[in-house]
Amino acid sequence: MRLFRLFLPACVIAGMLTACGSGESNVESGNANGILHYGNGAEPQGLDPHVVTGVPENHIVRALFEGLAVKNPETLEPEPGVAERWDISEDGTVYTFYLNPNARWSNGETMTASDYVWSWNRALHPDTGSLYAYMLYPIVNSEAYSKREITDFGEVGVKALDDHTLQVRLNAPTPYFLQLMDHYSTFAVHPETLLKHGKMTDRFTPWTRVGNIVSNGPFTLEEWSLNRRIIIKKSEHYWDRDNVALNGVYFYPTENVISEERMFRAEQLHYTAVVPLDKIPDYRERPDSPYVQAAYLGTYYYLVNTERPPVDNVLVRRALSYALDRDTLTRTVLQNTAIPAYSITPPDTLGYNPPQLFDYDPAKARELLAEAGYPNGEGWPGLEIIYNTQEAHRKIAVAVQQMWKRELNIDITISNQEWKVYLNSVSQREFQVARRGWIGDYVDANNFLDLFITDGGNNNTGYASDEFDDIILNLAPKAKTRDERYGLFYKAETMMMNEMPIIPIYTYTSKHLIHPSVEGIYPNLMDSLNLKYVKLHPGRSLSGEAN
Amino acid sequence: MLRFILWRLLQAIPVIFVVITATFFLVRSAPGGPFDSEKAVLPEVKRALEAQYKLDLPLHEQYITYLGDLSHGDLGPSFKYPGRSVNEILGSGLPVTAELGFYALSFALLIGVLAGVFAALKPNTRQDYIPMGMAMIGICMPSFLLGPLLVLIFGIYLDWLPIAGWGDLPGDKILPSITLGSAYAAYIARLSRAGMLEILSQDYIRTARAKGLPEWRVVTQHALRGGLIPVIAFLGPAFAGLLAGSFVVETIFQIPGLGRFYVQAAFNRDYTMILGTTVFLSTLIVFFNLISDVIAAWLNPRLRAQFKGGAS
Repeated sequence: MRLFRLFLPACVIAGMLTACGSGESNVESGNANGILHYGNGAEPQGLDPHVVTGVPENHIVRALFEGLAVKNPETLEPEPGVAERWDISEDGTVYTFYLNPNARWSNGETMTASDYVWSWNRALHPDTGSLYAYMLYPIVNSEAYSKREITDFGEVGVKALDDHTLQVRLNAPTPYFLQLMDHYSTFAVHPETLLKHGKMTDRFTPWTRVGNIVSNGPFTLEEWSLNRRIIIKKSEHYWDRDNVALNGVYFYPTENVISEERMFRAEQLHYTAVVPLDKIPDYRERPDSPYVQAAYLGTYYYLVNTERPPVDNVLVRRALSYALDRDTLTRTVLQNTAIPAYSITPPDTLGYNPPQLFDYDPAKARELLAEAGYPNGEGWPGLEIIYNTQEAHRKIAVAVQQMWKRELNIDITISNQEWKVYLNSVSQREFQVARRGWIGDYVDANNFLDLFITDGGNNNTGYASDEFDDIILNLAPKAKTRDERYGLFYKAETMMMNEMPIIPIYTYTSKHLIHPSVEGIYPNLMDSLNLKYVKLHPGRSLSGEAN
Repeated sequence: MLRFILWRLLQAIPVIFVVITATFFLVRSAPGGPFDSEKAVLPEVKRALEAQYKLDLPLHEQYITYLGDLSHGDLGPSFKYPGRSVNEILGSGLPVTAELGFYALSFALLIGVLAGVFAALKPNTRQDYIPMGMAMIGICMPSFLLGPLLVLIFGIYLDWLPIAGWGDLPGDKILPSITLGSAYAAYIARLSRAGMLEILSQDYIRTARAKGLPEWRVVTQHALRGGLIPVIAFLGPAFAGLLAGSFVVETIFQIPGLGRFYVQAAFNRDYTMILGTTVFLSTLIVFFNLISDVIAAWLNPRLRAQFKGGAS
């Protein structure tokens, strides 16, 4: 009996070992069955399109739901989604969407224009607490409704003309409005399903759970195991079902990027959300490398508090910017995975190129610093850079600290803060210089420039200019042509960058490992992926051999 | 014995109450809130969210409401995962973490007790130094180093075992269990050795040997029971520690356990989740300590007699 007690654990271990044996990899079985194994970065907060906000949620929600228009996976140009076509009035302020009569919910019901009216009422209602409600603000009276300035949704510019025709009236011509229709915050939800589980504005109901959720995209929810995986399968009722190649997708919450890369190497994943920086050189050298890098619509920059000395002096801000060798920084610290940035808007944002008002020029930097009253760094009162605790941010801060010391002979302190403490410091403007990044929600310079509207929620720099505000809020929306509009943006951005409330550092890139058996994932500026177009080709392996 | 158990249970109530109260006020005093994000949140939206989660009430009312809900076993809704309750998240993660903890502890016991007994039989010889040296390495090597090392060897180079997941592929539970259990195996080896050395020098062991019993029977029938008391005492806190400390292993191996929620809740300022996991784990620690005390008392005849005497 005693022996039995002692060796009970041995039996457990032996049982575990008998189950040993690596067998067929996920990629092999997935290729054979049309199942994509997808590293998704993190456990999604939820799947309610009007509640979620993150990138991992975006990938799943856009597979389960579809917007009125979708983006072409290569060009990002709008294509028919739930709407088979649309008309835009001559003045660009009235959009009429004609819904595809074959567009159905996953329970087989036909989608109607009134589903959109109901859903946008929900998305804009302040009680829903949608952080992306502003995506619908181009619509007449939507902002007022969202801020409770009006309470009758009938006054908002959305109307179902009949079951399959939706009319949307805008405040001003909004060239990027169709892009917004592919953002999950503007997706329709199935009203009856939500009301079965609670009120229209409830955030806590289980309507998105397996068995409850009714969606309208190319896939339906099959399994949701917290922190383990989410499985979606091809929808029976999707209008374009014949063009969906995959039978299903497994999403894994791969929070640890190192583990994720190992899973990819062991062929447990077809696709990784990111790639560890130190692994990139190795992957780059491989023939037929699975490493895919593309410019990404986002800027990494240092936010400057223009109300705190010594950076309240524009000469100091300019000196700091001139003294930064972005080429070296992106080449060495970032291993060529980023593009040096000289303004807030990324280059070639739908044909718009921002001004470059400065370059790396240490002599000019020293001159400006001397002019500001600190010749060769003498009398420098000190400066602190804060960043949220993360190794990558620390490396950049250290490099910047050394460059400023070397070129300007000034002392810089760097301090890391836990994420929420850092957010609090930035929003309370308790900083001199703070790390910041901004990823565009849609491909348009407006999405970057409106950050710097006077007292805007995201403008934590103290920068204020009536002229800048007037261009962004009044003149650009009314511009008749794209050239005129871009000209106004250029003027506004030049004004803003002359004042230097930010020190741009680099433009982001997206970085993924994609298994050779996967086709239909195209690099693009939004890192936008439509799983509907993805195909798997059995017979291709990581090592180049057939499997 | 029953009085001892009841007395310990009564002691646990104020301990857990203090834990709840301290945690409640500490998390709320931390800078930043659950709805802070890199993108500015509109004041109207923030107000609506705070109202939905009752954060608009005065702090003492929030505390009383929380205690009221807790008395019904309701740990509240998660702030980070809208639509999920803390009870539900704990319910989904606990079985996985408990299973991982059980396998890890089984591995630790098997390896640790064998190594400890083996070493104690011939102290200060090679038979002692080698397992104890390995135990020292096991204690020193953190799981964030051992885990990736095992993955590289057995998962990538030898391709024997899956490197991530839990219950998805055959054998995917082996590497995480070994990684988590190794440090505990090392502790158990040292405790077993010390316990066995003490017992093996006792008179009754000498008597058993003098009677001509073979060494394996002396060890298994006479020495082991007393020699393992320190190990038994260690098991309760060890299991609680495994449950609370599995975060690193769960992250390395992509395991859907409790550890990841426990740590991330603090970073997310997910107030209800922080409280829920803290209350739950502190209750478990108190409970496992009690269990191990009871087992240790049951195994030790002198302690058992003390309780009997006390109870009479």
